[in-house]
Amino acid sequence: MVEVNNIDMDAEPLEMLVNMGPQHPSTHGVFRMVLWIDGEKVVRAESHIGYLHRGSEKLCEGEQYHQIITLFDRLDYISNFNNEMVFCRAVEKLMGIEVPERAEYVRVILCELNRIASHLLFLGTFGLDAGAMTPVMLTFRGRERIQSVFEAISGARMMHNYFRVGGIKEDLPANFEQLVSDLLPDLRADVEEADKLLTYNEVFIARTKGIGVIDTETAVDYGLTGPCLRACGVPYDVRKAEPYSVYDRFDFDVPVGIDGDSWERYYVRVEEMYQSLNIIDQALEQIPSGPVSTLGRRLIRPPKGDVYVRSENPRGEIGVYLVSDGTDKPYRVKVRPPSFCNLSVLEVLLKDTWVADAVIILGSLDIVLGEVDR
Amino acid sequence: MLSSLKGMLITLVSTVKGLRAPVTRQYPSVPTPVQPRYMGFPALTWDEKVDEPYCTACMVCIRNCPTLCMSATMMDNPLQKEGKSSRKKIVETFEINLNRCILCGICVEVCNFDAIVMSHEHELSTYERNGDRLGQRYQKETDWIPPTELAKQAKAAAQPREQKEGAPAASGEPKA
Repeated sequence: MVEVNNIDMDAEPLEMLVNMGPQHPSTHGVFRMVLWIDGEKVVRAESHIGYLHRGSEKLCEGEQYHQIITLFDRLDYISNFNNEMVFCRAVEKLMGIEVPERAEYVRVILCELNRIASHLLFLGTFGLDAGAMTPVMLTFRGRERIQSVFEAISGARMMHNYFRVGGIKEDLPANFEQLVSDLLPDLRADVEEADKLLTYNEVFIARTKGIGVIDTETAVDYGLTGPCLRACGVPYDVRKAEPYSVYDRFDFDVPVGIDGDSWERYYVRVEEMYQSLNIIDQALEQIPSGPVSTLGRRLIRPPKGDVYVRSENPRGEIGVYLVSDGTDKPYRVKVRPPSFCNLSVLEVLLKDTWVADAVIILGSLDIVLGEVDR
Repeated sequence: MLSSLKGMLITLVSTVKGLRAPVTRQYPSVPTPVQPRYMGFPALTWDEKVDEPYCTACMVCIRNCPTLCMSATMMDNPLQKEGKSSRKKIVETFEINLNRCILCGICVEVCNFDAIVMSHEHELSTYERNGDRLGQRYQKETDWIPPTELAKQAKAAAQPREQKEGAPAASGEPKA
């Protein structure tokens, strides 16, 4: 028998070490958080990464330029087109070649569709993290429609390998107009429905508002980008700050938050989906006809030199530092992944929060482990 | 009160929609259709005219594969000696390690003879270790036509009639 009355009430609190992950469903991949908890309170948190490390950057050094695009598909496996885009732009900048207008528009349309697909996945899984079961059904429906369109265009649902240095692989299919005009109204309806269902839900707000607040200084110090930074009120978007491709021809807003908490990070992404839909509408109006590739099937051999290119992924700013030694294989490819940098702030955010909120906070950062570990 | 009514309305609408158009597919019994550009596992195409593969085992796809998943061997074409074929060399064996293949489509892009296509095959439970990747079995058992063949047919249909009559007879459509 335990003598209940003899408990020393003045004893030091006992810290317990809890491993969350790498097989925990709410870590969205193979990510391990080590939490030191005191009762229900997180005293200290540490993130352990590397479970999905495939050595992508090193692999790039052994592949030719047109083969590396397949590796970039597999970095952030939820927004593949955006990854292909940044690598192709890096090589194009190094070689100093222009991309045909039609190819640029096709790229922008596909990237924005992919941004919506990525944010839809976030919206659904973030709802799951907060305990809402329904949104994920709605958002996966919309995402599935987008992926069907991707399949019709590129031949694959996720690993497209469709962008090329100097353009795209082949022109859009003949029924593209039909596909997109079928898709867009449904997509807008899906986004609106999920938005209506979740955003101002009382329970959802109670779980997310005021949780995981990042102030602007911390956000900038830790190098946050994308929706995580914009939720703190910093209107930094590479598409506006340093317009690439044909983004300077579109009229769109950069949604920003005020408080920088989990709800704001969620809501910035919802607003971004509407902006992406606007961009797609404008791009479809402006898209010219013409060739889609400048280089064709020529062997890509950039001159000696190095280049750094950045672009806006759904998760933030992705950068590629590319060093070429003049051969058909790059000397070095360094990726600056947005999820990895956003994840670094987790230890600050988790300090002195509740264990139940740890899931919400990690979910609101929206990491993709394929990109964190590379 | 109002919000819960709204929620019930959404549920009702979704239910009615769901009754009207079920989205569930009975997958193994009813195969899911794929898009025309779908990239399944690569397969060699078959030249029906001389009854041999188009592939001459030039190795360009093998050299360009990002995952080094292919291998092929070349041989002298026996049909060329008989005067039936214009290909001096032809593929003897052709293997794709299906575990390594990432369905990127680079092999199709680099092929100079349109000898390899991304088939629509994605259900990989087979009885053979490698399967018949030379494509004849695959094309004869299904009514699938390679995209290159479709393009040729479209081109032939677009040509005026006089030219078509002068041209040699088009090869038979590889249908079941």
